[in-house]
Amino acid sequence: MTKKEITRHDGRKWNETRTISAQAGVIPQADGSAVFTIGNSTAYAAVYGPQELHPRFMQNPKTGILRCHYNMLPFSGPGSRGRPGPNRRSQEISMVTQNALSPVVDLTDYPNSVVDVHIEFTQTDAGSRCAGICAAAIALADAGIVMKDLVSAVAVGHLDGTVVIDLDGEEEHFDGEVADIPIAIIPSTGEVTLLQMDGLTQPELIIEAIKRGREEIEVITKVQRDALLKKFSSEITGVQEAKTALKKILSEEKK
Amino acid sequence: MSQETLKTHLEEAFAKNIRTDGRKLLEFRNITIDRGVSSTAHGSARVRAGNAEIIAGVKIDVGTPYPDTPDEGALMVNAEFLAMSHRKHEGGRPGIDSIETARVIDRTIRESKSIDVKKLCLIPGEKILMVSVDIVPIAYDGNMIDLGTIAAMAALQDARIPTVHEDGSVDYENLTENPVPLSHLPIAVTVFKYDDMLVVDPTEVEERYYDARLTVGTLDDGTPCALQKGGSASFTVEEIEEIISLAQKKGDELRGLLK
Repeated sequence: MTKKEITRHDGRKWNETRTISAQAGVIPQADGSAVFTIGNSTAYAAVYGPQELHPRFMQNPKTGILRCHYNMLPFSGPGSRGRPGPNRRSQEISMVTQNALSPVVDLTDYPNSVVDVHIEFTQTDAGSRCAGICAAAIALADAGIVMKDLVSAVAVGHLDGTVVIDLDGEEEHFDGEVADIPIAIIPSTGEVTLLQMDGLTQPELIIEAIKRGREEIEVITKVQRDALLKKFSSEITGVQEAKTALKKILSEEKK
Repeated sequence: MSQETLKTHLEEAFAKNIRTDGRKLLEFRNITIDRGVSSTAHGSARVRAGNAEIIAGVKIDVGTPYPDTPDEGALMVNAEFLAMSHRKHEGGRPGIDSIETARVIDRTIRESKSIDVKKLCLIPGEKILMVSVDIVPIAYDGNMIDLGTIAAMAALQDARIPTVHEDGSVDYENLTENPVPLSHLPIAVTVFKYDDMLVVDPTEVEERYYDARLTVGTLDDGTPCALQKGGSASFTVEEIEEIISLAQKKGDELRGLLK
């Protein structure tokens, strides 16, 4: 176990994430949607499908496929305006996002089809791919896609050998030894579905960071679950209220 | 419901001055504006109207002036109909709808002369400020030009110019207190024609069936600064006159939201 005492520039404890919030069903036009904010990184996710997959040569007669599109809006990065549209970075992140989510999604009932997940950022301050994965997992569940669990993601890492959770932009540019390790976890099994790293690290430190991250990630999972619970419990309440109102009208009509 | 049936249904309702969501033909949805929704943008705003949600973000960069306007800063307006916002929008390169929307909003703001581009010049012939506005629907539900213009103007009102050092380098993280100089609040109002009926602020479903549309951009005093006719049907001169006066009246109402 490494020393846990470290002063982070914003006063957070080593295992403290930035403020997290999430909401499901924010885009009525989509089959499922969510917004997930961690610190100053905000990801919107919209799910369309299952729907017919074009081009047809990509169709798989055994199962539907998941297709993720990660995109930063031109004003969502630091500094000057970003060029709109896909680039090498966004294409790579789209792919790893897809691989992070695929293990929990079951599309065998929808052969030859596709589920499209569009992830857009209105602001970013590090950890955007993790925020995107968290938003996408909520949106997939909101869309009623068959899933064995959610996927939760966070960046772990170390600053001069001290493990920290949820590095922000300033910490990524820490003046010392730093490693940034975005991970995605299936909460119920603890399996890792996204793993990347940049920075110098010892193998033991990598393993420790992943283990600590896996323990601490439950706060994120809880926010994701609560977002879904809030949307669907309010829908249930709405239906119940409508039923009660209808019964009242009907009983009055009988009289 | 088949497309033709839906069109007939809409037009029958329009003839009784009623819309699918209960509005009258010349009634806008309730519009709410939130500013400062993106910490990375130099100015930003979110506009909500019914099921529509649009975000505009401003970035201000230092660049070199165009050779024909060496003492003027630059304004750029871009719009992209995100695939996220509606299933009818596809990803990839911006389609003609995105391009037209961006150009009409650009024209409305540019031709209003609201932004004093001379004030955006740092060193004539060498360094200028470039103001870029990106407008995207998060949730698309029709009338993108009008709602996008409101979002763009609210984001411009929210914008602060970054610190520019003597050597011309920019400190994007430290914004000055200086806003983008705006002398007018240009507003675009698009009037849609169905048969001989005029409608404003259509939802996505209503928007599918219009015959023609006319966008009128106006200044605070009602002076028109931009026009754009769309759709395959035609307008009579009388209709154009009526639409301009309607756009002035509605423009006034919408401008109130930005004050």
